[in-house]
Amino acid sequence: MGKYLRKKIIVYIITFILAVTINFFIPRLMPGDPIQSLLSRFSGMEGGREILENQLTLLFNLDQPLWQQYANFWKSVFTLDFGISIIQFPTPVLDIIKRAIVYDLSVLLPAIILSWIVGNKLGAFSGTDKRVDKSTMPFFYFLASSPYFWMAGLVAFFFGVVIGWFPISGAYGSTATPGLNWSFIKDFLHHWFLPFFTMFLVQLGGWAIGMRNMIMYEKSSNYSKYMETLGSSKKLIRKYGFRNGVLPQVTGLALRLGRIVGGAITVQVVFNYPGLGRMLLDAVQNQDYFLMQGIFLTIVTMVLIANFTVDIIYMFIDPRVRLSFTEEV
Amino acid sequence: MINFGKKVLILTLAFLFLVGGMSLAQDLPREETLVVSGAMWGPPSTWNILIPNPTPGTGGLVYETMFSYNPLENEYEPWLAESGEWVSDNEYVLNVREGINWTDGEEFNAEDVVFTYQLAKDNEIPYSPIWDWMESVEAEDNFTVRFTFSEPHYAEWDAELYQRYIIPEHIWSEIPSDELITRTMNDPVGTGPYTHRQAAQDRMVWERNDDWWGNDVFGQPKPKYLVDLVNQSNNVVMGMLMKGELDLSNNFLPGIQRIKDQFGLVTWYEEEPYMLSWNTAVMYMNTLREPMGDTQFRRAMAFMVNQDTIVDRVYGGLVQSANPTGLFGEGWQAYLDEEIVEESGFEYNPTKAKALLNDAGYVDANDDGWREMPNGDPLELEIMVPSGWTDWMESVRVIASNAEEIGVNIAPSFPDSSLFDNKRFNSDFDLMIGNFQTTLSSTPFDYWFGVANRSIHGETISNGNWGAYDNPELFEKIDEFNMTNDEARKQELASDIQETLLQDMPSVPLWHNGLWAQATTEYWTNWPDEDNPYGVPVSWGNAYQLGMIDTLIGIEPVE
Repeated sequence: MGKYLRKKIIVYIITFILAVTINFFIPRLMPGDPIQSLLSRFSGMEGGREILENQLTLLFNLDQPLWQQYANFWKSVFTLDFGISIIQFPTPVLDIIKRAIVYDLSVLLPAIILSWIVGNKLGAFSGTDKRVDKSTMPFFYFLASSPYFWMAGLVAFFFGVVIGWFPISGAYGSTATPGLNWSFIKDFLHHWFLPFFTMFLVQLGGWAIGMRNMIMYEKSSNYSKYMETLGSSKKLIRKYGFRNGVLPQVTGLALRLGRIVGGAITVQVVFNYPGLGRMLLDAVQNQDYFLMQGIFLTIVTMVLIANFTVDIIYMFIDPRVRLSFTEEV
Repeated sequence: MINFGKKVLILTLAFLFLVGGMSLAQDLPREETLVVSGAMWGPPSTWNILIPNPTPGTGGLVYETMFSYNPLENEYEPWLAESGEWVSDNEYVLNVREGINWTDGEEFNAEDVVFTYQLAKDNEIPYSPIWDWMESVEAEDNFTVRFTFSEPHYAEWDAELYQRYIIPEHIWSEIPSDELITRTMNDPVGTGPYTHRQAAQDRMVWERNDDWWGNDVFGQPKPKYLVDLVNQSNNVVMGMLMKGELDLSNNFLPGIQRIKDQFGLVTWYEEEPYMLSWNTAVMYMNTLREPMGDTQFRRAMAFMVNQDTIVDRVYGGLVQSANPTGLFGEGWQAYLDEEIVEESGFEYNPTKAKALLNDAGYVDANDDGWREMPNGDPLELEIMVPSGWTDWMESVRVIASNAEEIGVNIAPSFPDSSLFDNKRFNSDFDLMIGNFQTTLSSTPFDYWFGVANRSIHGETISNGNWGAYDNPELFEKIDEFNMTNDEARKQELASDIQETLLQDMPSVPLWHNGLWAQATTEYWTNWPDEDNPYGVPVSWGNAYQLGMIDTLIGIEPVE
């Protein structure tokens, strides 16, 4: 087991170093200059532009040679001091990430987890029952293959405009003030529902289809056939099939959770919901090196952590994996 | 499993509220709140008035200027100043209003005005260049300031009077020099009618300052709270307007004219062009490259563009085609010379454009349908606008097809906005459209300086005149216009400048972008419009003193 972990950790460290390096160089390969794009928004300053340009270049250390900037970046990876953002000048990047990530988690975490749970259950049902299968599968395929922005647009139009039950924009109403009080919480949930619900819907189909196929596969395996001939109930067969079929789904879930930050751009654009996804989009469009680096690093770290967690969880939920490790030692 | 999911959900939400619950605060009463959008392109992040684009409203709502400017009447209104005048050729004396306090209770006086300028002399901040032509600023007594100039720039000074925000000495004097532009000044102390209440990812909330000195002079602004929302996609803004959730939108919303009546939206004009003009979209030509260095070719380009197609087809009548001089608005048109426009102006005329090109030798020598350079080299040009600016992208497509009609090969190109800026600064383009430094102001000097000035010889061009058009004689005249107070001479110069620009055509004014403004009447009425022009409904940054404060005072809550 120790050897297994050591191997894994070395692989993860190498991946991390590569990711950080790429993360540093990719933004700098973009044509253009971040300072100039910041300055371009300051119109009508006769002569003042040069002054500001010099000051900002020094402030962002963009006058230093590339290797020095690269070394600074490594330092920042450990101190978490990613510098200050260009688009939200002069807010520190870390503050922006901390403020925005809350919204990513609040919509995506429940949406991913609930869709995983519900999707797997429903998929298991359709996998074992022909009638249910025939009636629900087209619906799941429809959900899984519809582009998010299209479906979210429909849902928003129907619930937000036609029936008018839910607001379609923002994280809370324009006159609400964040606070720990019931009216704000209600308002927040009211705004939260549609982004959550649409995210839930699009992911539901994929999980259900995946689970259904797994169950079908397990059903045709020898142990299921054996149980069937022994006269076991459908429910029992499904239960055993589920335990085997859920393994790949756990990997999928972990990967999805790892990508939670980058995966929400569309929901944030469609519902004008705050969050890191949209920050990232803005950062790329405005060549905000520092914000981009900060967000990418967050994503990379989360994906690595999620993967690592899966590796460990597998040892617990899959006896075969556990055995193979313990035998090795 | 389900129970586990529920637990996760509950824990997530609990965590969320812990993080989000910063203060215990009440909802803002909707009927006392004005909700606007259109000004902010990102979360509010700094209220530092020394940088040119702090959170919109910082200038105007918090910090105030010596005068305000009414672009509808072309008049200056004394604001923090009571009066001001040139007492000699190079001395300007300003009388500061008495009885004004900063929002922290300190008295506002002449020392603050002096400090605002002295700060620019002692440090490198964006408006430091004013000291190239200013000699000294002195407080003669508590409420009188004397500015002495080494080389008075009258036109620029006029603009300075309503654009420079006065800052409190007792606060800013304590900020170290190297933090002058990086401090966020979270809770800015100003003299204005509103104060910072709350900032969030998607909004800025201002709260009325009930002790504002202007209450007795101009009247009290009606909304107790002003919520400024970060810009959102057009469909979201449209939806919010339809539902009456937004009171004033300064967003550009294509097609708004079609739903205006159905949803009872208020625009400045009832009919086309619906909006006031706000800036001039100008086609710049890079004179460092052939054939744009050729005056004949540039003139042909002016006659080639069908502005009406752009106005009608791209904008659906929401903008006006530009005056050939590029001038609009009362302040600029005071110097418009109609006769020169009549004589040397241009209009859509492909025949004339073709004739100009033929005369100058740009003909289709090899019969491939496209004209070539006089020496036979192929003529292939690109016209660029930033990617994602859909109306501009559509407009350059119109221009490209206009060019095709007269046999000139111009291809549209849409670089990302930062690359666009990079190309613009480095003269790395053939043709482009820009509206930089062509925004409504009190003096046409701003426009002329923007399309023709001499700061083109550096490594990059960063101060207008993107096409690097070089005409020292004209620059001289524009400078003289800035530096003379003799009205007759100014008119004379203005006519010369317009004549030269039309003859040389370094840039082609195409259309006047509007002051996009659509208001709803669900919570607030009596919006200013053509028939009731008491203010200007504009929430854009650094424009509050151009009539928005008057609007805030003039609108009425719905009973």
